[in-house]
Amino acid sequence: MLYPLIWLFASSLKPENEIFGSLDLWPSKVDWSNYTEGWNALPVSFTVFYKNSAIVTVLSVIGNLLSCSFAAYAFARLKFNGRTFLFALMMMTMMLPYHVVLIPQYVLFLNLGWVDTYLPLIVPRFLAADGFFIFLMVQFFRQIPRELDEAAMIDGCSPFKIYWAIILPLSLPAMGTAAIFSLIWVWEDFLAPLIYLNDINSYTVPLALRLFVDQEGQSAFGQMFAMSVLSLVPVLIFFVAFQKLIIRGIATSGMK
Amino acid sequence: MRRFIRRNAAGYFFLSPWLLGFGLLALGPILASLYLSFTRYDMVSAPVWDGLGNYHYMLEYDRRFWKALEVTFTFVALSVPLRLAMALGVAMLLDKGLRTIGLYRAIFYLPSLLGASIAIALLWREMFGIDGVVNQVLAVFGIEGKGWITDPDTSLYTIVVLAMWQFGSPMLIFLAGLRGIPRDLYEAAEIDGTSKWRQFWRITLPMLAPVVFFNLVLQTIEAFKTFTSAFIISNGTGAPADSLLFYTVYLFNEAFKFFRMGYASALAWVLLIIIAAFTALAFATSKYWVHYENERD
Repeated sequence: MLYPLIWLFASSLKPENEIFGSLDLWPSKVDWSNYTEGWNALPVSFTVFYKNSAIVTVLSVIGNLLSCSFAAYAFARLKFNGRTFLFALMMMTMMLPYHVVLIPQYVLFLNLGWVDTYLPLIVPRFLAADGFFIFLMVQFFRQIPRELDEAAMIDGCSPFKIYWAIILPLSLPAMGTAAIFSLIWVWEDFLAPLIYLNDINSYTVPLALRLFVDQEGQSAFGQMFAMSVLSLVPVLIFFVAFQKLIIRGIATSGMK
Repeated sequence: MRRFIRRNAAGYFFLSPWLLGFGLLALGPILASLYLSFTRYDMVSAPVWDGLGNYHYMLEYDRRFWKALEVTFTFVALSVPLRLAMALGVAMLLDKGLRTIGLYRAIFYLPSLLGASIAIALLWREMFGIDGVVNQVLAVFGIEGKGWITDPDTSLYTIVVLAMWQFGSPMLIFLAGLRGIPRDLYEAAEIDGTSKWRQFWRITLPMLAPVVFFNLVLQTIEAFKTFTSAFIISNGTGAPADSLLFYTVYLFNEAFKFFRMGYASALAWVLLIIIAAFTALAFATSKYWVHYENERD
């Protein structure tokens, strides 16, 4: 199960001629030079790519948490006309293939002058574009006893106060799950950056990794593997730290 | 009127980011995409109305469209059953109650979490290359390998294997479903002397049918949308010999390489129709094989 990952890591420690030439899994001599050289192998250093990825990821996670918890609070706890209909629409957009909206979205962002900025990657997240997180939070919010809202309402709390002081603090596991999934998916996202980012200085880590393929003639496989390993490290750290939350999130919401 | 506003104000206030997003990023683009699919549009000049031209060309003349459908349908038809079978098999093993279940569950799930990343696609490309580790292992058994990725007869199967490797999320859902089956059903069957095989067909599968259905629908939709691995492994082109021309890869190239935005929109709508038709079919047939606990007859 883990063999491909182990192979990837082992290969990143090998000199170029041993990666494909030798059957031994482990290198004859552990050599970290692929990491130091790979970091600066592209015209722009990986320091820049990691900084770019970090900016996009952090802002996206904040956007997802805020906007999706807003929508989920409305769907799960508030009464208003058209709620059932809008909730059904939201569930349908979850099924919608991204490719159907891709081209008009691109035209929209192009006309706004947003191509080659991070706005097309970040702004949709502040507009609750990812229905999965709304769904996950709705499932969770519904389990919180309604008496809490009602008591707070009698005490004169506004809906916003109830959201902020009761629902959110009681939903930390759900918010944590959403934050971790959001972080991992945005970090790994390839298609949207591929479409919206043209300037290598603004590339995220996945886009930068692809540049190694274009350089194939120069046979930089060791460096490519080393940078691939590094790109997986944040995901692995979060997985090890939060795997209980992640696994429960999948099993209860059933997505991905 | 004032009462109406007061009753609804809070709901719509909290819903406003989503409503804005839904209008600007979903509903508007869907309608725009439908319109563009009837036009020729290169992004430089305004769209030119072309009626059913795109659809006509697609169905009548575009050999690569049919190839993309063939590749994608083959992939879906192979990868979804294999992935679900792996997922169910492993879930049943784990359900036997190993003490280290948490660790195994995590290990089996990890590839699914990493699967979307480009690093894994790059890794796959090299593992199945002519000098890759797969051939090295085969050589140990005296089997002469080949360029699995560069041979159009086998390239698609490397991505099927990748999809199988990522059976983690349906597995977790199966596992949750298996936990819900009452143990006394098995005990009763045991006393009656029913074989394990019959127990699987008569108890496990029927009790699990809603979960199987759920996994089948979701995994099929996911499989239709496969992009990153096919794009990376085929170097963005669908090569060799279009054997990795996944539908989404073809669509991406038509749109963002050749700027045939109208045609790509038509392709996107056909994908939408295929997925919708599949989902509708699954729901329509489900009443014959999916029975829920609370609707016993």
